Amino acid sequence: MIRFKKVSKVYARGARPALDQVSLEVERGEFVFLVGASGSGKSTFLRLVLREERPTSGSVFVAGRDLAQVSTWKVPHLRRQIGCVFQDFRLLPTKTVFENVAIAMQVIGKPRHQVMTTVPETLEMVGLAGKEKRLPHELSGGEQQRVAIARAFVNRPAIVLADEPTGNLDPTTSVGIMRLLDRINRTGTTIVMATHDDEIVDQMRKRVVELVDGQMVRDQDRGVYGAAR
Amino acid sequence: MRVRFVLSQIGNGLRRNLAMAVSVVLVTFISLAFVGAAILLQTQISNMKDDWYDKVEVSIFLCPASSSVPNCAGGEATEEQVEDLQAVLTSDALSDYVDEVYVESKEQAYEAYLEQFGDQDWAQSITAEQMQMSLRVSLVDPEMYQVVADEVTGRPGVEYVVDQRSILEPLFLILNRATLLAAGLAALMTVTAIMLITTTIRLSAMSRRRETSIMRLVGASNLFIQLPFMLEGALAALLGALLAAGGLWLGVRYIIEDWLASSVRWVNFVSTSDVLLIAPILIGIGIVLAAISSLVSLSRYTKV
Ligand SMILES: Nc1ncnc2c1ncn2[C@@H]1O[C@H](COP(=O)(O)OP(=O)(O)O)[C@@H](O)[C@H]1O
Ligand SMILES: [Mg+2]
Repeated sequence: MIRFKKVSKVYARGARPALDQVSLEVERGEFVFLVGASGSGKSTFLRLVLREERPTSGSVFVAGRDLAQVSTWKVPHLRRQIGCVFQDFRLLPTKTVFENVAIAMQVIGKPRHQVMTTVPETLEMVGLAGKEKRLPHELSGGEQQRVAIARAFVNRPAIVLADEPTGNLDPTTSVGIMRLLDRINRTGTTIVMATHDDEIVDQMRKRVVELVDGQMVRDQDRGVYGAAR
Repeated sequence: MRVRFVLSQIGNGLRRNLAMAVSVVLVTFISLAFVGAAILLQTQISNMKDDWYDKVEVSIFLCPASSSVPNCAGGEATEEQVEDLQAVLTSDALSDYVDEVYVESKEQAYEAYLEQFGDQDWAQSITAEQMQMSLRVSLVDPEMYQVVADEVTGRPGVEYVVDQRSILEPLFLILNRATLLAAGLAALMTVTAIMLITTTIRLSAMSRRRETSIMRLVGASNLFIQLPFMLEGALAALLGALLAAGGLWLGVRYIIEDWLASSVRWVNFVSTSDVLLIAPILIGIGIVLAAISSLVSLSRYTKV
């Protein structure tokens, strides 16, 4: 589903690379934790998958396509196969829960009747039934993140990328969010989640890829956060 | 769904930046009003040229019995001289320029004079004998006056040559200057309009950066993201253009049709139908203005 071939990313001339010769393959339906300290290159990895950034060297393949070959105007199509969740939720503060989720369908031109049925279904799935009319600031952090997850998942993407989705949440709430992501993963959706939350990683026992200063130092099935190097 | 969505985006954008939207409308209005005024002035000039240039003639006044002009030292022009002049004017050399030549005798001049001023007291003292004989030449192309004038000036029996057109020139000069002024102001205001629309779109885009970044994230195409901004600009420019057309219409209707046209009857003035003709041009320019501004201001938002 996602394949990195000797990918390096250097942001500024002369700076040390944010990613350094990373090669990695993520299969369809896998759940992968991307762990590492702040600044180790996790977000950069995800941005390369989204083609928000382009690699300095090496190639990135998503769903079998070499992103270097994807023309700029096709990038939106690529992004429609990928759902994104962030630490800061990225919701529109003036739009209701329903509208925040519906926007993902509206921008790609889904018909109205489909939006009217799919959005409530998805909100129910993430546990927000009955809160469609609330504004983001009327929700708890965990609930806001559920809205963001609903938005990422509403178009049933093949891939969901999550960049520290529990970074702003307390441990109990985080567990709920992880259950949700796990459920989404079990629908066959590939999930790559960047995190430095060791408890979560240890609990889930999924594949763990560790980055240190942009270099991949570990790729372990059913791994834990702080395994011996 | 998509159309409704885009429309609601536009509504939001305009509401959020109402003051800016209003200023864009006003600036477009003023700049296009000047553009329209320039076009109307030019229409007026060409109307008048069409009307008058056909009628204007070159008058070759022949030497009267007593004249201070050296060329007339020999006294009144003789029949022979008149015939010579007519021969020159109808010669092959001038046939490309001269359309028609006829002689206006003293009697004819007197009649024309009486017709024009006959009811005035002071005019009664003039007699036919005091009038001046002339050759009237109508030209193929009134602009080629100089060729004919050069050919006959100074020939025996010619006192002086008058191009009736030269009477009109000062008027056209004023109108042309006014056109230049209007066009200059139009250009200035157009630049202002482009800069203002550009700034407005940019501000609008900045204030919705969060929204657009989220839309981009969920896979909205560039066009879809930019369309609301472009349409906002286009809508404001369109309103400005309509206001400009409306303003010109009112101006022409009340100042020219109601007032000037009824007091100055010998001029064929521009009318509200001319305004209706140029309205589409103004709207077109307004939309082009908005399009240019959108391209300028959104080019940096096209990166994905
Ligand atoms: N847009 C950017 N411009 C320049 N440097 C950047 C940019 N984004 C990230 N970096 C640098 O790249 C490195 C990796 O950053 P990042 O991928 O955000 O790490 P993480 O998400 O693991 O904290 C850091 O040193 C960071 O300063
Ligand atoms: Mg990060």
